[in-house]
Amino acid sequence: MKITEEKLLNKQGYRLHILPTKKYKTITIVAKFKAPLKREGITERALLPHVLQKATNEHPNVRSLQSALENLYGTALSSDGSKKGENHVISFRMEVVNEAYLNDQEPILEEALKLFNEVLFDPKKVGEGFDPEIVNREKQTLEQKITSIKDDKMSYANMRLMDHMCEEEPYALHVHGYLEDMPEITPEKLYEYYQSMIAGDMLDVYVIGDLDESFIEKVADDYFTRDQNEDNDQVSTIKKVKQVNEVVEREEVNQGKLHMGYRTYTKFGDDDYYALQIFNGIFGGFPSSKLFMNVREKHSLAYYAASRFESHKGLLLVFSGIDPKDYDQAKSIILEQMEAMKNGDFSEEQVEETKQQVINQLQETMDNANGLIEVLYHQMISGAEMPANELIDHIKKVSKQDVIEMANKIELDTVYFLTSKEGGE
Amino acid sequence: MEELVYQQMKEKVYKETMDNGLQVFLLSKPEMAKTFGIFTTNYGSIDQTFTPIGKDEKVTVPEGIAHFLEHKLFEKEDRDVFQDFTKLGASANAFTSFTKTAYLFSATSQIEKNVEILLNFVQDPYFSEESVEKEKGIIAQEIRMYDDQPDWRSFFGTIQSLYHEHPVKVDIAGTVDSIQKITKDDLYTCYETFYHPSNMVLFVAGNFEPEAMMNLIRENQNSKEFPPAPEINRSYPEEPTSVYKAENSIEMPVTTAKAMVGVKENVSELSGKELLRAELLSSMILDYYFSKSGKFYEELYKEDLIDDSFQYETELDRQFGFTILGGDSRKPDAMAKRVKEMLHELKVESISEEDFTRMKRKKIGQFMRALNSMEFIANQFTHYHTLGVDLFDVLPVIESLTTKDADEYLKHWIKDEAISVFQVKPQTT
Repeated sequence: MKITEEKLLNKQGYRLHILPTKKYKTITIVAKFKAPLKREGITERALLPHVLQKATNEHPNVRSLQSALENLYGTALSSDGSKKGENHVISFRMEVVNEAYLNDQEPILEEALKLFNEVLFDPKKVGEGFDPEIVNREKQTLEQKITSIKDDKMSYANMRLMDHMCEEEPYALHVHGYLEDMPEITPEKLYEYYQSMIAGDMLDVYVIGDLDESFIEKVADDYFTRDQNEDNDQVSTIKKVKQVNEVVEREEVNQGKLHMGYRTYTKFGDDDYYALQIFNGIFGGFPSSKLFMNVREKHSLAYYAASRFESHKGLLLVFSGIDPKDYDQAKSIILEQMEAMKNGDFSEEQVEETKQQVINQLQETMDNANGLIEVLYHQMISGAEMPANELIDHIKKVSKQDVIEMANKIELDTVYFLTSKEGGE
Repeated sequence: MEELVYQQMKEKVYKETMDNGLQVFLLSKPEMAKTFGIFTTNYGSIDQTFTPIGKDEKVTVPEGIAHFLEHKLFEKEDRDVFQDFTKLGASANAFTSFTKTAYLFSATSQIEKNVEILLNFVQDPYFSEESVEKEKGIIAQEIRMYDDQPDWRSFFGTIQSLYHEHPVKVDIAGTVDSIQKITKDDLYTCYETFYHPSNMVLFVAGNFEPEAMMNLIRENQNSKEFPPAPEINRSYPEEPTSVYKAENSIEMPVTTAKAMVGVKENVSELSGKELLRAELLSSMILDYYFSKSGKFYEELYKEDLIDDSFQYETELDRQFGFTILGGDSRKPDAMAKRVKEMLHELKVESISEEDFTRMKRKKIGQFMRALNSMEFIANQFTHYHTLGVDLFDVLPVIESLTTKDADEYLKHWIKDEAISVFQVKPQTT
C-alpha cells in the first residue's frame, strides 16, 4: 500500500510523476496527452500515434527505429487511445530493462528516454507535413482496424450499445476514428493537428521503477519541456433516462450478445462512488455475483454474464453471450437481479465479502506498473486524489443501506441485442 | 526444502517434493501485495487415450473432457468453490490447454487459507449426473463464443491442417456434440488417472514466508491418503511428419480475410534444453525476419499483404509443435504464397554477428519484462518444469547462442512437406 510515495512535480509544460518501487525489473515511462472528446479531429487523433511510432528525423524508417529499440534490450514502445469520461486520452508507453539486471554497463535508460522524446517531439517531417508514404499506409491500417471491429462481436456489441444509448452525447464518439474522414486527411493537415496536440493538450508523464529520482528529474527536463500545460478537462454530460430503449440488430452469429446499459449518476470522486463499487461486485462484478450465479450457474444460459461500470461517465454495463432463442429468459433474469438489488435481497455477509474482493482487486492492480499509473491518473483528472489507505477506509465504511440506495439510483437506459439472422428476440 | 538461487535475476525459489510425489515450488516476493498460486496437472486435451488406473485396457474418452473436468472440479456436493475464495476476498480461476489443466487463485490476505482451499478442492472431486448435465449448457455457450471468433477459428484451423491424427487437432473444449457424451464415470476415470499428486505441480509466488508456507503444504499433503504413484500410460496415434492438408479454408462473416501459414515442427527428438534452444532460436529467427525491424516484414507491409494484426508464434510441447504466422490480409492468396516462399528462403539465409547480438538483446529484454509478472513466472516455470527445463536457465541459454547455431537452425528448419496454409474467407452469401 505505497501509493503515497508518488512524487508530483509541476514542470515546464508537463506534470512529472515519479514512482520509486522495487517491484519490477524494468522501468516504465508513460506520457498521457489529454484533450476534450470531440468529433472534429478525432480521426486525426486516432491516426497520429500510428504515424509517430513509425519514424523520426533521426530514424527515418520503421526498420531503423525498431532496430534502435531492439538494441536497447528490446525496449517496448506502444500507444493507445481511450476515453476518460468525455476526454480523449492518448498514452505512449515505454518499458526499459533496469540496467541493474544486465551484464553490460550501458546507459540504457537515458538512451531510451532520448528515443521516446524523438518519437513524441521530433517525428519525421517531409516539407510541411509527415512522410506521405507513412501517412498513406497508416491510413489504410486504421481503416482496416475500424472495419474489423465488427469481427470481434463482444466489442462490436458494446460499441453499438454506446451508439444507441449515448447518441446525443460526446461519449458515443469512436476513439478509433471514422472512415468518412479519411479522404480529407493529408500529411500536412495531420501535422497541423499534431502541432496543436503537442502545444495544447494536458501532458502528464509517469516514470515508475527502481530508479534514482534526481536523475529522472534531470533527464526528464531535457526531454519533455514544453511552453505550457493548461488543464482542458471536459466534464461529462449527465443525461436523465426518459424511457427504456430496446434495440435488436441481426448479423451472422452463432451466439447472441445481450448488452444492457444503465445510468448510475455517480462518478469517480463522488461520495457514493464506493457504494457503487460494492453494488457492482454483488450484482455482476465477480463469479460470486448475482448475474454469474443466476444466468450461468442456475439456468445454464451463458458462459459469461457480468457487469462493469464506467467511472467518469456514470454508466453501468451488463454483458452476456447467450443462445439467440434465450433472449427473453436471460433478459428477465437480469432484470430480476437488478430488482433484487433494489429490494436489498442480499446479505450483510455478502457486503463484507465484496468489500474484501474490491480491496483485493485494487491492491492487485497497484502491483502492476500500468495498473498503478491508471489508478493515479484516474484520481488526478477527477481531482479526487487520495492515498490508498484512505481509499480502502472508504470502501470499508460502505453499509448494506448504502448499496440499496445506490441500486435505487441506477436506471435502465438501453437494452441491446445482437442476434443471428433467424434467431428469436 | 531446497533453495535454488538465481544470482543475476536476484530471485530465489524453494523446492520440495512431497512424500506423495507432489512437487512444490515457492517464490517469495515480499515487495508485492499479491500472492498467486497455481496447481497444475500434467494433463490436457491431447491426453484422450490412456489406460485407466487399475485397468489393463486402453480407453478413449470424449473430446473436451479435460476442460469439462476443470469446470466440474469447482462444484462440490454442498457448494461452489468459487464462493470459498470469495469469502476470503480472493479470486480464483482455471484453464485447460493441450497438455495442462491448472487451477489458480490470487489474493492479498489470508494466503495460507487460500493455498489450503486450492489444494483441498482440487484433491476432493465430487461429480454427479445432475451437475454434469447442467454444465453442458454452459460449455456449449463457451464453444459457441469461440465459434464466432475469427482469430480462434484461424488458429485452430491451421493446427487441423497440420495434423492428420494427433489429438492436438481437437478443439480444447470439444464440440457441442462431443460434450453431450460425457458422463460422471468418465470424469472419475480421468481424474483418478491424471490427478495423482505425482503428476502435479504447485507453484506459489508472492508475499508470504516460505518456510511456514512449505510446512503448511507438507502437513496438508501428509494428512491425505493417496494410492502409490501410478505409472501413467498415455497413447497417441502415429503421426506422419508431413502435413494433413497443404491448403484449406473456411468461410465466416468477417470483414477482412485471414491467411495463416503453419509449420509442423518435429519435436520427437527434442528434450529438455534442446527443446528450449529450439524454441529460442525459432523465436529469434522469426523476430529477425518477421518483426517490424525485419526485411520480410517490411516487404510484406509495403506490398499491403499484411497489416498490424500480423503475428507469429512457435509452440513446442510434449508430443507436438508448430509455428504459425499470419493475420488479416486484403490479398490472402498473395500473402500466403509470399510467406511460404520466404520460409523456404530461410535455408540459404545467414545472420550477421551484429544483428544476432541485437536479437539476443531483444530476447533478454522480453524475458526480463515478462518476469515482472508473477503469473508468467508461475505458469512458465511449471510448463518448463514438466518438460525438464528450468525457467531461469532461459537467460544463460540465450547468452550462449551463437550465429553458428542460428545458421545451422536456418538450414534445417523448413521442410517442404511440413507447411500448410489456412484461410478464413469472408462469407460470399
